[in-house]
Amino acid sequence: MATVIPGRRRRAERGYPLFLVPAAVLFVAVIAIPFGMNIGISFTRWQGVGPVQWVGLRNYQRLLHDSVFWASFWHNAGIVVAMAVVPTALGLVVAAGLFDFIGKRFGPRTASLLRACIYLPQVMPLAVMGVVWGWILAPRDGVLNVVLQDVGLGSLSHDWLGDPNTALYTVMAILVWIQLGFPVVVFMAGLQRVDPALHEAAAIDGASWRRRFWHITVPQMRPEFYVVLLMCTIAALKAFAPIYVLTRGGPGDSTDIPSYYAYQNFFEKTQVGYGAAIATVLTVLTLIVTTAFLVVQSRHQGEEE
Amino acid sequence: MPKPIATAGAPGRRGGRAVLAAFILLAVFMVLPFGFVALNALKTSADYNAHGPVALPKAISFDNVRTFWNLVDFGQVLWNSVLISGCVAVGAVLLSVLSAYAIGIGRVRGRLWILVAFLVANLLPQEGLVYPLYYLAKQTNLYDTRLAVIIVFTVIQSAFGTYLLSSVLSAFPREILEAAKIDGAGVWRTLWQVVVPVSRPTLTVMLTFFFIWTWNEFLLPLIFLVSNQNQTVPVALGVAQGEHIVDVTMQAASALIGIIPAIVFFLIFQRTLTRGVTVGSIK
Repeated sequence: MATVIPGRRRRAERGYPLFLVPAAVLFVAVIAIPFGMNIGISFTRWQGVGPVQWVGLRNYQRLLHDSVFWASFWHNAGIVVAMAVVPTALGLVVAAGLFDFIGKRFGPRTASLLRACIYLPQVMPLAVMGVVWGWILAPRDGVLNVVLQDVGLGSLSHDWLGDPNTALYTVMAILVWIQLGFPVVVFMAGLQRVDPALHEAAAIDGASWRRRFWHITVPQMRPEFYVVLLMCTIAALKAFAPIYVLTRGGPGDSTDIPSYYAYQNFFEKTQVGYGAAIATVLTVLTLIVTTAFLVVQSRHQGEEE
Repeated sequence: MPKPIATAGAPGRRGGRAVLAAFILLAVFMVLPFGFVALNALKTSADYNAHGPVALPKAISFDNVRTFWNLVDFGQVLWNSVLISGCVAVGAVLLSVLSAYAIGIGRVRGRLWILVAFLVANLLPQEGLVYPLYYLAKQTNLYDTRLAVIIVFTVIQSAFGTYLLSSVLSAFPREILEAAKIDGAGVWRTLWQVVVPVSRPTLTVMLTFFFIWTWNEFLLPLIFLVSNQNQTVPVALGVAQGEHIVDVTMQAASALIGIIPAIVFFLIFQRTLTRGVTVGSIK
């Protein structure tokens, strides 16, 4: 056996790299070159047609002093709360409740039916979810305002997306609704991994459901927790579709986010160089967030071992 | 599993009902918007104005659905989405299989860095690629073609697919590979006649996910597909808001038309989807 393997490995090694050629060609053409071009464009002043003027770091300097960009940055922080922080926290409670309470008391069928309902918005295109909520929240004859008037709460009816004071919070609430299903499904799958003996032992010792949640479920869900939080945060940085469909960044720029601001500069204001600078910052931000997560995650795993 | 012990310390019987009620309330809240859409999409606007959004329709009317369908040529739009998502799903799985075979089974040198590159490619915000891709598409006469969208998403989805499949294939049973080798199968035949059939469950999950992810994409199709006869479902609906739609019931009809295909996929793929979420996130 030992004499066969080295020869096999060497001969095999020769054939395999060829299988990477199609991916390599396509990746260079579709990802690497455009990515490099975007960085290059961010150092220029360019309208998309005509002459390209090299301006060095001037777009980035402008970015630092652009109040719209900073506002969009903070709006995106709000979107991260709505798409990552709240759904992850809430999702863990919902998943634990469904898995070890509803599932055990009322049967796994009930639990998976409820899970399917909660997951439903996740399979829809974000743009379509935007259409649905834009329709529900229509200022004059939308469902929400009509219902509020019908139940005598007419004073609460409001142009939710049209008022700069409420627009961002309304978008955030919609995003929580959209995103919740993803953590619930991942956590419920993860909970099947937890050894039931842990819960049983704790229950025999008289630990309440709440204490078992904190001391058993939460620590056991650590791997899922990182993955969910990371994937939701990255999704939140790319929340272009709901913003486009719901508010187009408005009213004013009260719901603008860097992703949409870059689009506006590319295709509406034709300030391509400036748009490229925004897109580059967004890319760097995404990579920093990812690296930070991976570092923290591997450090925690290291502690456990 | 002894049931009484597992639920001991949980709320009592009456409390149990209350918890169930809270969960049902949550589920209703999640589904309610879809219910409202369905309820109102089949009303005439006169009916809506007279009786409001909560009342049942006085008569089922497909007028709004039909008008909107014709307005955006929805049959064509639906076909575009099926064509683009289908081609991307198949193409991205093929590309992932080839790359992951080299990385997971071939263990090519530098595979760790290749994987990191794929992961980064998958995480890059499309905002950072969109303008150059738009420019290059114009240069190569691929602007406003479905082919451009297919190529770009095949690459983006396969980045994730390669990452996932490589770790699955690196655990591929070596004895099976040895057996194929002893039977005289070369690298190429081993891939198609041994590795692909054995990995079918994973490939099915990937196919499903790539299809749905591509179906749901918005930014790049919005930029690339400007003419109505090339647009995908989310783009056609997103663009129609505010452009053609003035009527509140027609907006409901447009939402319904966008929801139905997703519900169909959900019902068909439900098991694959929930299984796949776990495969995808906890490799």
